[in-house]
Amino acid sequence: MLQKNEDNERQRSFSRRTLLLGGAQALLLTGLAGRMYYLQVVEADRYKTLAEDNRINLRLLPPPRGRILDRFGLPLASNRQNFRVVLVREHAGDVEMVLNALSQLIELDEHDYKRVLREVSRKRSFVPVTVRENLTWDEVSRVEVNGPELPGVTIEMGQIRDYPFADSMAHVLGYVAAVAERDLTGDPLLELPGFRIGKNGIEQKYDLPLRGSAGTSQIEVNAYGRVIRELNREEGKPGDELVLTVDGGLQTFVHQRLQGEQSASAVVMDVEKGDVLALASVPSYDPNAFNIGLTVKQWNDLINDPLHPLTNKSIAGLYAPGSTFKMMVALAAQKAGIDPDHKVFCPGHMTLGRSRFHCWKKYGHGWVDMHEGLQHSCDVFFYDISRKVGIDNIAAMANKFGLGERVGIDLVGEKGGVIPTRDWKLANIGEAWQGGETLIASIGQGFVLTTPLQLATMVARIASGNQVVPRLTRGVRADQAAPEGDGVALPAFAPLDVAPEHLKMVREGMDLVSNHPRGTAYRARIEEEGMELAGKTGTSQVRRISLAERAAGVTKNEQLPWRRRDHALFVCYAPVHKPRYACAVVVEHGGGGSAVAAPIARDILLETQRRDPAGRRSLPIIAMAQTSEQG
Amino acid sequence: MPADTFLSTRNPELKLRQKVWQLNWGLVLLLCLVTAFGIAMLYSAANGSMEPWASRQLMRFGLGLVVMFAAALIDIRFWFRYAYLIYFGCLLLLGAVEVMGDIGMGAQRWIDIGFVRLQPSEMMKVAMILALARYFHGVSTEEIGRPLYLLLPLGMVLAPAALVLKQPDLGTAGMLILAAGAVFFCAGVRWWKFALVIVAGLATVPVAWQFLHDYQKARVITFLNPENDPLGAGYHSLQAMIAFGSGAITGKGFMQGTQSHLNFLPEKQTDFIFTMLAEELGLVGSLALLGLYFLLLCYGFAIAFRVRNQFARVLAIGLTTNLFLYVFINMAMVMGIFPVVGVPLPLVSYGGTVLLTVMAAMGLIMSCYIHRDTRISRRGTAEV
Repeated sequence: MLQKNEDNERQRSFSRRTLLLGGAQALLLTGLAGRMYYLQVVEADRYKTLAEDNRINLRLLPPPRGRILDRFGLPLASNRQNFRVVLVREHAGDVEMVLNALSQLIELDEHDYKRVLREVSRKRSFVPVTVRENLTWDEVSRVEVNGPELPGVTIEMGQIRDYPFADSMAHVLGYVAAVAERDLTGDPLLELPGFRIGKNGIEQKYDLPLRGSAGTSQIEVNAYGRVIRELNREEGKPGDELVLTVDGGLQTFVHQRLQGEQSASAVVMDVEKGDVLALASVPSYDPNAFNIGLTVKQWNDLINDPLHPLTNKSIAGLYAPGSTFKMMVALAAQKAGIDPDHKVFCPGHMTLGRSRFHCWKKYGHGWVDMHEGLQHSCDVFFYDISRKVGIDNIAAMANKFGLGERVGIDLVGEKGGVIPTRDWKLANIGEAWQGGETLIASIGQGFVLTTPLQLATMVARIASGNQVVPRLTRGVRADQAAPEGDGVALPAFAPLDVAPEHLKMVREGMDLVSNHPRGTAYRARIEEEGMELAGKTGTSQVRRISLAERAAGVTKNEQLPWRRRDHALFVCYAPVHKPRYACAVVVEHGGGGSAVAAPIARDILLETQRRDPAGRRSLPIIAMAQTSEQG
Repeated sequence: MPADTFLSTRNPELKLRQKVWQLNWGLVLLLCLVTAFGIAMLYSAANGSMEPWASRQLMRFGLGLVVMFAAALIDIRFWFRYAYLIYFGCLLLLGAVEVMGDIGMGAQRWIDIGFVRLQPSEMMKVAMILALARYFHGVSTEEIGRPLYLLLPLGMVLAPAALVLKQPDLGTAGMLILAAGAVFFCAGVRWWKFALVIVAGLATVPVAWQFLHDYQKARVITFLNPENDPLGAGYHSLQAMIAFGSGAITGKGFMQGTQSHLNFLPEKQTDFIFTMLAEELGLVGSLALLGLYFLLLCYGFAIAFRVRNQFARVLAIGLTTNLFLYVFINMAMVMGIFPVVGVPLPLVSYGGTVLLTVMAAMGLIMSCYIHRDTRISRRGTAEV
């Protein structure tokens, strides 16, 4: 009985406690159900997003960079296939053995070898590692033929920028190079490994339209990053094809012609449309080298070269224009009312105050009028009329012809030069203008500084009488051939605010310079009928000639060290009676304008007229290109 | 029949046919349904293939059914009689693991006896409850009140727990202690003693922390702040929760789970299989499985109430609680509300020993039911 009571008591206690235990367990299970509800209903959207982020990777497909073409469609910058050997560790097995086999077929230096081994050990086994880039076709076929002995080795194709004109186009086009930290704008394309952007020249100025827009590829990856499949692909938009005004053939000729000089530049322009047909600067560099990547030594050699191969001297070289500036003085004088027949006696020098200003011809030119002043480039004549006109009027005239400020060419690094005025001197130097400085400025010396492009623009304006502005880009290439003409029409340039008869007088003077037997550039004339040029020589001193030296006889250029020799300049247009092409040539420390610069300019203009790029139908375009605003 | 000697004469001797009739077929159906979920998920985990997991799991379930029916049909007095023997057998095996256990997953848990790898720690969960049930059967309510009488059962719990902890297997050791706690509680151990143990346990946490392995510490820290180190220790926890939550209400569809099929999920065929189920079948699927487990537990509790001797009562409640602990710890762990400890989801996770021991435990619960009216004397002798 006792046992039985005890049992009942025990059972009651057991039941009570079991009920409690069951209740607790039910409560905990309800908690689990609550947690399920929270995760799968309340937070479901967040986790769905996280799951998608996990599995989907967005890859950018770099668009092919737009080509750059010359005015006739000749490619100046294009993309060439770049063959790379890549190695996948998980397929290769013994990486060292495969590399050894590979080095029997293609050139692999110690550096590559070590880099591959290092990268292979760091990356996941299925990630391809680039062994070498820029394989020749020969090397590619050797690797392909030996495929069975090279497990895990494949050839991949990429694109690399190619400049077929190499150094002759370098200063116009610039180059492309890897993206630097400061180039990052937030465009994810820029963060793609191996992506190149334009640096310098057209490549930089038009980087955005040339770049195009990236395509995307949505790929599904697993937890280890291995690609499972492609879910979606959106092709990008390739970069625009840019058509330049340059004539590739002419550019090559000009570049070749300048090669004889140590440091020189030349510009050829269409006087009506302002199309820059050639723009050259020597020495130059090979932009293809930047693609592959320069070594530190190559880079240092380039930036430390005293001849500045990286500088485009035709837009960034500042030179005293010398006698080529005299047209501006002649125009200012006529505007101020001085008759072209006004005669000045040149005894070889002129005295102003206590200073004596010399003519380049020691014993003088005798009586000269304005035509003869230009023809002989008589300094004393221009000293005389500049005193009457004053520096501010000369400067105002020079400004009308594009001197003293940037002409606004589509290139980076253009310089504006200096056309001094009284105010300019006070503001920049802090001193009052001296009378003698007007005389020095009148022969294009002293403060006056111009670029070859400005000089070419000046001549084009003299020749056409219009406010010609040089341009380098014609626009974006039309996909389909435009029915007629050149595609997008350009507004014509407005006439210059200069009396036509004054311009006519200056043109006559330039004609005499080249085509009168006593003209300073007669020996560099064009003899071909109908192609004759009109020009003006310029020799700008880079040193001051002392009294003592003048007494002993001015030292000949050839006897001076190169750095102290005069700059040789020549500006011209042709044909003389119906101008179409303007040209400016500057040879740094070349000596006399008539002896050194004029023959080069003559050859260039003769070749230009033979090719006649402005007269031939050029590639049609659909739209003007928008420059990238990159500061 | 020799067993007659300790049988109460009032106990009707059951025939085999009667016993089969008494089997809880509803319980069997529930077990089959739960296992079916598991097989389906293992099929999906292998990307739509019965190999290598689903087919073997199916075979083991077949074997498990045999074990379960055998355990159910064997007389409860047999289990009572051999409870201590089974317990010591398992304790020996557990000790043997220390000596000659295989290294698996960085922890010594398996013992290779030629044709099958045994996990003595899993078997011990059942064996310990058997032994405790037998002990408490023989102790009166007053005796339970005396601390002296609790020393032996405490030893029976702590010895295997210490061995398992040394393997080291924090999850199993915890389960042993919690299951034992439930048994002690239902057997009538006084409330204040539990309070004492809990307080003492909390006090030793800082000391115990020193003895934890680095990976165990990392798991606990990760549990407390999973987004602390999303690519390191917290990675698995976080990925599991992403998989779970992204399943939403209806799931991504059978075999369509991105997290699991793209290998973001760790151990998707074993401990984290519930996450995969939740991802592919959604809240509907996860609640359905939780419901099935709930019904299984209800069966266990109902049997415990229905049984008339203390041994079977305690045994039934101990084994049911053990099942509850498996389910709760595993689900809480994959849902990020419990640290990651190696506890599988019974009948669903891939793994032989767990499946067999759970089936054996279900067999024992059925045996309790079938022999619910059998009386067993205090000391195991016949009661007249």
